[in-house]
Parts: sequence; C-alpha cells; structure tokens
Amino acid sequence: MNRARQNIFNMIAAHTLLLAYMVLALFPVFIILINSFKTRRAIFRHPLMPPDTDSFSLTGYETVLKQGDFLHYFQNSMIVTVVSLFFILLFGAMAAFALAEYRFKGNSWMGLYLALGIMIPIRIGTVSILQIMVATGLVNTLTALILVYTAQGLPLAVFILTEFMKQVSNDLKNAGRIDGLSEYAIFFKLVLPLVRPAMATVAVFNMIPIWNDLWFPLILAPAEETKTLTLGSQVFIGQFVTNWNAVLAALSMAIIPVMTLYVFFSRQLIRGITAGAVK
Amino acid sequence: MGMITTRKPPFKWHIVVFLAPAVLVYTAIMIFPMIDTMRLALFSSIDNHQVFVGLKNFKTLFGDPRWSEHFWNALGNNTWFFIIHMLVQNPVGIALAAILSVPTLRFAPAYRTIVIIPTILSFVIVGFSWKLILSPLWGIAPSMLDMIGLKSLFHPWLGKEQYALTTLALISVWQFIGIPMLLIYAALLTIPEEILEAAECDGLTGFSQFWKIKLPLILPSIGIISILTFVGNFNAFDLIFTAQGPVAGPNYSTDILGTFMYRTFFGYQLQLGDPNLGATIASTMFLIILIGVCIYLFTIQRRLRRYQF
Amino acid sequence: MKRSTLRNLLLVSTFLGSVAMANAADVTISIESWRSEDLAIWQNKIIPAFEKANPGIHVKFTPTSPAEYDAALNSRLAGGTAGDLITCRPFDQSLGVYKKGNLADITNLDAMKNFADVAKSAWSTDDGKVTFCVPMASVIHGFIYNKDAFKELGITPPKTEDEFFAMLAKIKANGNYVPMAMGTHDEWEANTMGYYNIGPNYWKGETGRLGLIKGSEKLTDKQWVDPFVSIAKWKDYLGDGFEAQTYSDSQNMFTLGRAAIYPAGSWEISGFNTQADFKMGAFKPPVPKAGQECYISDHTDIGMGMNPASKNPKAAKAFLNWLGTAEFASLYSNALPGFFSLSKHTVKLTDPLAQDFVSWRKDCKSTIRPTYQILSRGTPNLETEMGNASANVIKGTETPKAAAERLQKGLASWYKPQQK
Repeated sequence: MNRARQNIFNMIAAHTLLLAYMVLALFPVFIILINSFKTRRAIFRHPLMPPDTDSFSLTGYETVLKQGDFLHYFQNSMIVTVVSLFFILLFGAMAAFALAEYRFKGNSWMGLYLALGIMIPIRIGTVSILQIMVATGLVNTLTALILVYTAQGLPLAVFILTEFMKQVSNDLKNAGRIDGLSEYAIFFKLVLPLVRPAMATVAVFNMIPIWNDLWFPLILAPAEETKTLTLGSQVFIGQFVTNWNAVLAALSMAIIPVMTLYVFFSRQLIRGITAGAVK
Repeated sequence: MGMITTRKPPFKWHIVVFLAPAVLVYTAIMIFPMIDTMRLALFSSIDNHQVFVGLKNFKTLFGDPRWSEHFWNALGNNTWFFIIHMLVQNPVGIALAAILSVPTLRFAPAYRTIVIIPTILSFVIVGFSWKLILSPLWGIAPSMLDMIGLKSLFHPWLGKEQYALTTLALISVWQFIGIPMLLIYAALLTIPEEILEAAECDGLTGFSQFWKIKLPLILPSIGIISILTFVGNFNAFDLIFTAQGPVAGPNYSTDILGTFMYRTFFGYQLQLGDPNLGATIASTMFLIILIGVCIYLFTIQRRLRRYQF
Repeated sequence: MKRSTLRNLLLVSTFLGSVAMANAADVTISIESWRSEDLAIWQNKIIPAFEKANPGIHVKFTPTSPAEYDAALNSRLAGGTAGDLITCRPFDQSLGVYKKGNLADITNLDAMKNFADVAKSAWSTDDGKVTFCVPMASVIHGFIYNKDAFKELGITPPKTEDEFFAMLAKIKANGNYVPMAMGTHDEWEANTMGYYNIGPNYWKGETGRLGLIKGSEKLTDKQWVDPFVSIAKWKDYLGDGFEAQTYSDSQNMFTLGRAAIYPAGSWEISGFNTQADFKMGAFKPPVPKAGQECYISDHTDIGMGMNPASKNPKAAKAFLNWLGTAEFASLYSNALPGFFSLSKHTVKLTDPLAQDFVSWRKDCKSTIRPTYQILSRGTPNLETEMGNASANVIKGTETPKAAAERLQKGLASWYKPQQK
C-alpha cells in the first residue's frame, strides 16, 4: 500500500520534471514559430503572445517564398543527408566489425588511425579538400558534399560501433560459423540486426551536423542548383538582417521540415533501439 | 573449437573487404587534406613562398605574449566550457534517460521525441533564437523574470564578461543533451530483465536499484559519452561563432580554441588570415585532444569492465 | 521529298548555328560580395542596367554574409572556384589578396580615368603604381536622429560636444526615448560607430592619421585619448543591457522608434528608409569646442576587382569599365543611398538623408578611418583591438588611458615608426 502510494508520488514527480524539461526544450522553437506570423511591431511589443487578428501577418513568408526555392534546397539537403548516412553506416559498420571481431596485426593501430578523425577539426583542411574537388570536377555537385560528410562521419561511427560490436555475444557468431555461414553472412545477418540501436544512435549523431552544416556547402557547392537548406536560410538571414518578419519566417521554414522528418523517423529510431534491446 | 583453429585460411581477405571502403574514403578526403594543412604549421610564408621553419611557429604561439595570452585564454575558456558540460549535460542526460527507461512511464515516446528536438536544430537557429530570447531589447527573458517578480535577476548575460561563457555553455548543453540521453537510454535498455528481477527480489527498486545495479552496468557508456563530450567541446566552434561572432566577445571572454583557430587561419576584418599559425593552433588542438583520448583509452576504459550479455 | 529534306537540313543547321553563336557570345560572369543585404537591388536594378548596355553578358551577384566573406573568398580563390569579379574591402585586406596574385592589375583600365588618386589610394600598392580595384563608394559617419522625437522634445541637433551631452541628458530625463541606440556586443560597432565617428574632430582628420603612420603621433597622445574619454560618457545614455545589444538590435531599436539617436554610417540609409515610419534627419559629429574646424570620416569603403583566373576576362573588364560610367555612379548612389560614388562624375542624389550627409563635405575636411591603411598589418591587429578597446571603454571595464596605452603598446610591438 505504502509502496503503491510512493510509486504514484514518484510518477507525478517524474512527469512534472519531464514536462518542465519539455517546455524548456520547445520554448525557442515556439517563440520563433509564433512570431513568424506576426507584424513587426507586434513581434517587438508582445513577443510572448500568439498572433491574433490584429497582429497576424504573412509578409515574412511572402518575402521568403519570393526570394528562394526552398523546396529545392530542402530536396538537396535530403539527398545529401540520406546518402551520406547510408555510406557512413555501411562503411562504418563494416570497418567496426573488422576491428571488433578479428585479431590481426595492426588492429589497434588501425582503430587509432580511424579514430584520429574525431580529433581534428576537418574545417582546416578546407583548401585541400576544395582542390581535390576541383581536380576531380566535383565542385558544385552534391557528390562532393556526400564524400566529405561520409569521410567526416566515419571516425565517430567506427568508434561507437566498435564498442557495441564487442558486446555482441561470441557464442552466437561461433554458432553461425559452425553452421557454415560466411563471414559476410555473419556480419549482415547476425551482427547487424543486433547493433541496430547503436546504428540508430550513430545515424542521429551524424544526421545533425550534416543537415545543419553551413561551411562545406558554402565552399564546395554554393551554386543555386546545389544549395542546401541551411545555406539557403543563412544567405537569406544575411539579406534581411533587420527584416525580422522575413528572418523568422526563414528560420521557421528551416525548422519545420526537420522537425516533421524527425518526428516521423523518431518512431523507427526508438523502435530500432527497443527491438535491439529486447532481442 | 579445435577444428576451426586448425583450418585457418592463409589470408583473411574478408578483413580487407570490411576495412577497405572506410579506410579509402577516410584517407583520401580526411587524412590527406589534414596532413596537407598541418604541415603548414612547420612553414612560414615569406614573399608568397612557403619556407620550412621547423618549430618556430610553435615557439611564437607559446613564447610570444601577443599569441600565448590568447592561447591560454582560449584553453582556459575551453576547459570551463567542458566542465559545465560534464557537470550539467551528462548528469541531467543520465537522469532523463533513467526516468524515461522506467517501463511503466506513460507518454515516454512523446517525451523521448521532444528531448532530442533541440539537438536537430542548426547552430544558426539555436544561436539566433537564444540571442533573441536573452536580448535586452526584445525583452522575453526580462519580462518572464518580471512575471515571477525576479526582474532584478536579469542581466545582459551574453554581453557580460563574467556570464557570457557560462551562458553559452548552458545553451550548448540545452542543445546537445539528447545525445548522452540517447546513448544511456540505449544502454539501460540492454540490461537483461533477469538482472533487474533478481534485484527486485533482493528488495532493490526505484532509485536504489538505479544507483546500485544499473549505474555500474552503464559505466562503459558513461565513459563513451564523457570522451565524446571532451572531443566535441574541444572542437566546438559554431555556436560561439554564430552567437558572438569571430572575435568571441565580450573582451575575448568566450574565445575557445575553435574560434581562436578560425580567426587566425582565415582572418577577421582587417586582420589577414595566417594559415601557418592557424595550422599551428590546429595541431596543438589535435595534440590536446589526442592526449585526452589516450588517457581515456589506456587508463579509464581499461578499468571499466565490459559486460557481455 | 528531297527538297524538303534539304530544307529541313538547312533549318536544322541554321538553328544549330544560331545556338552556337548565342553560346559563343553569351557569357555569364559572377560577382563575389559581402553585401547580402543589397541582393535585391543588384538583381532588380544594377544588373539589368548593365545587361541592357552590354548584350550577351550575363551577371550573377552571389553574396556571402560578412562574417564568412573573407574566409570563404580566400578558400575559393585558393581552390580556383572564386567568381570573376571580387568586391574589395579597402586597403590592407585587398592588398593582401592582390599580393597573393588573386586580384588582377587593372591600372590601365579606361574607367580609372574617372577616379581621383585619393579614391584609388584605397586599392593601390603603397607606391601607388598599381591599382587593383575600381573604387565604388565611400560611406560617411555621423548621427541619424528621429525628427519626430526631436520635435516632441523640442530639441535641435547639437553643434558642440557640450551641447551633445546636454541634449542626451534632456532626452534621458524625459524618459520617452532611449537617448542613443548602440550596443557593445559585436565590438566593431563600438569603434566604427563611436570612436571613428567622433574622433576625426579631435585628431584633426588626415593630420592625425598620417602622423600616426609616420610615428610623429601616438595613440596615447591627448588627441587620440580624448575621443575615448568622450565615448566613455555614452554609457549612461544607451539602452538597458546595451552590453548584450547586437548591431541588428541597435538598428531595430532605432527604426522601431524606441531610440532618439543612432550613431551611424551612411550605409544605413536605405535600410532605415524602408523600416522606419517616422521622419529622419542627420547631424555631423559635434566639435569639441564651438568654432573649431570640423572633420568627418568619409571612408573609401567598397571597390571591385577582377579575379586573374577568370575565364571571361573580357566580360569582367567590360563590367569594371561600366563601374566608371556616370550611369553607374548615379544608379548606385541612388539605389543604395548612403553609398556615395567615388567617381569624378557629378551625381544628383534624390534621397534627403543622403543629401544631408554629403553636404558636410562642403564645410568639413574629409578623412578615412585611421586604422585601415598600413596600421593593421601586424599582430596584434590594431583594427580588431580597436573594437575591443572601444567596447571596453564604453562599458567602463577599461579606462580611456589604459585602453590607449594597451593599443599603443600593441602597435609599437611590430610597427617600426612607432618604436622610436
């Protein structure tokens, strides 16, 4: 009886804490969204109020939609992010499996070599990277971005996945070998499904910097046809520094697709995590 | 068992196949450009020619007060930035994960989804929106404090030397807390039911169960998030750049190694970029991070027992 | 049958031919710039005018935001992907780009005839032999004020420093308006809108600037410390929390009608015209004592040069030559009021606020910002430090004297003429 009451009390405390945190997490997004629909005066006078009939205004969105092809930018960002993630996860998991599973000469050196990349800010290699892309004719293509992001994401992916792959039971793999499965089959059929939670984590980890990167699109693919959403909205903010209707509308338009996408994928993500855990 | 070891093939091609794609892409696009840039640290530009000068740039960085003062300032700020993350981000992240992993908790999926939302926002958005909220002109923070009668607590935090860095560190914590939460959450879910049931039989539930059973089991994951935080913080750049600009004001109080390196490498306003000294700073950053990671790999990680389930 | 085939063939060949001809004649050149705010004006006014006068050449204006401009431009130049035309910052920044071989020598361009040596000096080598950018515009410092607010409070623009502070005190006492919209968050705002704005009256414009370069004056001299003393007094008249107020916060604060005065550069005019719904006027920096000669900062701010790696040097040169025409001078100065053409052509300005600014040239002597030529070539960088020091002085965290001593020490540490 006592314990049940304590449980209820704990639950209430937990929900209160979580709710408070939710408010904190969503507050900035909320502020940007409501103010993007208001007149400039109302934005400054009552920043915390939702738009009403007086203060409602779509001028910001009108300016934004006239200036840039946000749908196209969005599509570019999607392609770059999804393709890069695919290669990071595939190549990263393969390398991590080799490092975690096999004892070979130079294993730990290879691990350290692949982890070096986490420690260096890739931005300083910009000029060399740009020269490579110029030499291979990849400037102003999405391929250039995909290559850079894949290379940039691999170290972390290998680092995390190796750690998780070491936790996969040896008995399972040995049983597979006795059943005559090839090493490739063991990797793809036995190990990969088990490290799905880790893969999901790596995916989230890498998705964010790729989606939000400003620097490499600016240097490697600034053309109108290859502009990403983040670059598009940054150019926009630069153009309308003091036109806050437009800035807030541009920010909202950069936020909404990511949030929608995330809410949609978060189910898969959580399912991936739980499925792996339940086994 | 014996059968497998005696039939060892002469060369394991599959290892090469597993490693090759990652190693190739990574070497070509990351390591090669890095080495190409880092070697600049050993050169100086004299009349548009790169001349080999050995360790002279490092001597300048550490020996010339015009550079070393900025370097130590940035390193100190960076350390503080990291400490705040370790003290706030990771404990709060673990606590959130612990609460969320309680099987009977309702609405858990919704909570999980929302905690990560700040993480998916770009630095442009995070920097801009927090600058707005804390802005003395726009008045959101002061009027909210006013509502609860605490207006006197308001300060122009981002403009005061004593508060700016801590404020930015907390904004960064706000943004990235989803990552430790997610990693710990995944680790908590992999703890086998049997262990928890056994603990419950011994009368361990709730908080004491977390403290005595779960926490020791997730120590390796806490180790990983600590080292990732370390690496991330010492490479950090974007948030401070978008919120405070390349000079990392007020009065360099938010200057961290990343912004110092960027300003030196690429220049700022009338200050021309100096790729040689920029590369010197980058190499130093690399060494600092390498030392940190080695300490982790060779001391801490070895002590953390790895559990195989 | 046969005839129709022939005709078709002919048709196809003429068609292909015309396409090929169009391709041969039509080239597209692109402009690198940090003026993202001006994108719409370039796209809708300036470029169409050029394309009309020069059929076959298409121009694309591709700006990068100011914070990233120099880094991004240098990376693209090094990688060989920069645009054909490069917008030049004045003096050492562009000189550095030229010395690296990334700006073409355009000394003998026809358009150069239309510019005085003073205008060209911002984009020439120290010996004046080579010019690498076509001067586009200068900007003038001063104060923009809210005319309606001044009327309401019954005040008139000040002439002397004393009148200036008396006026600020009066606005503050009234309480309806923040006296002045300025923040120290971005640091460059503090020296650019503060120190460089009022300073020339103290160091006597060019006299002081050249004295500093020669080494006959020091930053610790009275004429260089006094402007710091003056801006240190601004603190009481800025908005609450000015320490965290950014540049765009200041702009918004003024255009929303919350502040009465905005320490300005003339480049603000076009933006303010669209944002503010009250009448605006401008007054020049007040002189320290009544009757003293006045000086204004009339700063060569923006030029344009050619990327030597351009694949269309002919078209790029055509554009640069066009920048020297009377048509461009008038178009640019009027499309972007507050950017004053540096050419010898007489330009009729239509914007009243811009007319206010430019009228000061008659009464006062012009100078440029003191740190831009030669003095920001070393470490510590004088321009960057000047922003830092001005912000500190306004916040009151450093005294004017201490700031000046620190700046002088930094400058003397690498600049030979100051080491005597």
